[in-house]
Amino acid sequence: MATLKEVQSKITSVKKTKQITKAMNMVATSRLRGAQTAMEAFRPYAEKFSEVLGNIADKAGDDASPLLTPREEVNKVNIVLMTSDRGLCGGFNFNLIEAAEKLMKEKLSQGIDVSFTNFGKKGRDWCRNNKVQITREYLGVVGGKFGFNVASTSGQELIDGFLDGSFDEVYVILANFQGMAAQPPVVKQLLPIPIIETADAEIDDDTSYIAEHIIEPSPDELLNEMLPKNIFIQIYNGLLETSTSEHAARMKAMDNATKACNDMIENLTLAYNKARQAAITMELMDIIGGAEALKG
Amino acid sequence: MAELLKLEVVTPEQYVISEDVEIVMAPGTLGEFGVLSGHTPFLTSLKPGRINYKDSTGKEKIIFVSGGFSEALPDRVTVLAESAERRRDIDLDRARAALERAQKRLAQEKSDNISFERAKIAMYRAIERIKIAETRGL
Repeated sequence: MATLKEVQSKITSVKKTKQITKAMNMVATSRLRGAQTAMEAFRPYAEKFSEVLGNIADKAGDDASPLLTPREEVNKVNIVLMTSDRGLCGGFNFNLIEAAEKLMKEKLSQGIDVSFTNFGKKGRDWCRNNKVQITREYLGVVGGKFGFNVASTSGQELIDGFLDGSFDEVYVILANFQGMAAQPPVVKQLLPIPIIETADAEIDDDTSYIAEHIIEPSPDELLNEMLPKNIFIQIYNGLLETSTSEHAARMKAMDNATKACNDMIENLTLAYNKARQAAITMELMDIIGGAEALKG
Repeated sequence: MAELLKLEVVTPEQYVISEDVEIVMAPGTLGEFGVLSGHTPFLTSLKPGRINYKDSTGKEKIIFVSGGFSEALPDRVTVLAESAERRRDIDLDRARAALERAQKRLAQEKSDNISFERAKIAMYRAIERIKIAETRGL
């Protein structure tokens, strides 16, 4: 049986842990709100862009851009892995890294070289521990405040790498924010750009005017300008989703931790009361025993 | 009064403006173009530069765009730019610093280099921002 003092100090320490997890939960909640606002702010741009891109892709020739052409022989693959910088967010990073590992093993088994571009410290650390080649790392982006320029700089580097033959394919792994409870990892092919869906999902008289658009400079040239931006948009979107997911995952993890702390405090208090009661009973027995002895 | 059309300027980070305007002038890659209500459907890429427009009260306003695309339809103009700022929101100090940086880079790089091209564009953007910002309060 633990002594009173031991139990008491344990309770104090669990209470302190609870304060921390509760505070982290609140921080994650407010950051989540910020991240969601950024996601919402991005949506109008992304929607309009993909609408226009779909229309242009329809009009341009199939071989309009080298970014669209798959390589005949794939020898080198780059994987853009998005994780958080910090831990304490449950299985969030683990899931992302697991997806990365699966993709990497699949590529390696086909005799393809794999290198990584890392957003986030956790993925970077994993790459380092496993001696995987890292082409570029960006820390302090996911989960924080970042602008579109992060996506365009990193995207431009990937495009340059693809064009000069450093990589034949580029994939991105991100956390898809589906809501508070689910942020599954998703693997997307970034380069060569998979076939662009044309925006004929909503066929009404609204789309028919597109056919009459005057396009400057020309559909092919415009497409060539838009495709790199499409990559940036995908990266930016991935960063936004991963950040939002990180905060959601941390909120959930910290909520669970706080609940676990409450359970522990309850159990420990029970143990404390029991120990105290036992001590009182013992003392009473002593007193009664003493009194009986005096009576003689 | 002329019929109005809707001007929307959108960047990945925010909605810059969405308002009814009389006329829009925008810097297309093949030259500046103007849009009035009833324009034929038109799609073009944009150079870094300024968008001039007259709002519904006839007041002239300027927005800086860093390049992007514009779609004109009979009743609206949508501008998709990587960054765009209203004249009063331009950060003049930052633009000046960017100009200095770009000039330094231009001095170092060789002219057939791709980063030379990028520095040139960056310089152009900075100059345009400064020019617009300096018309403030005129």
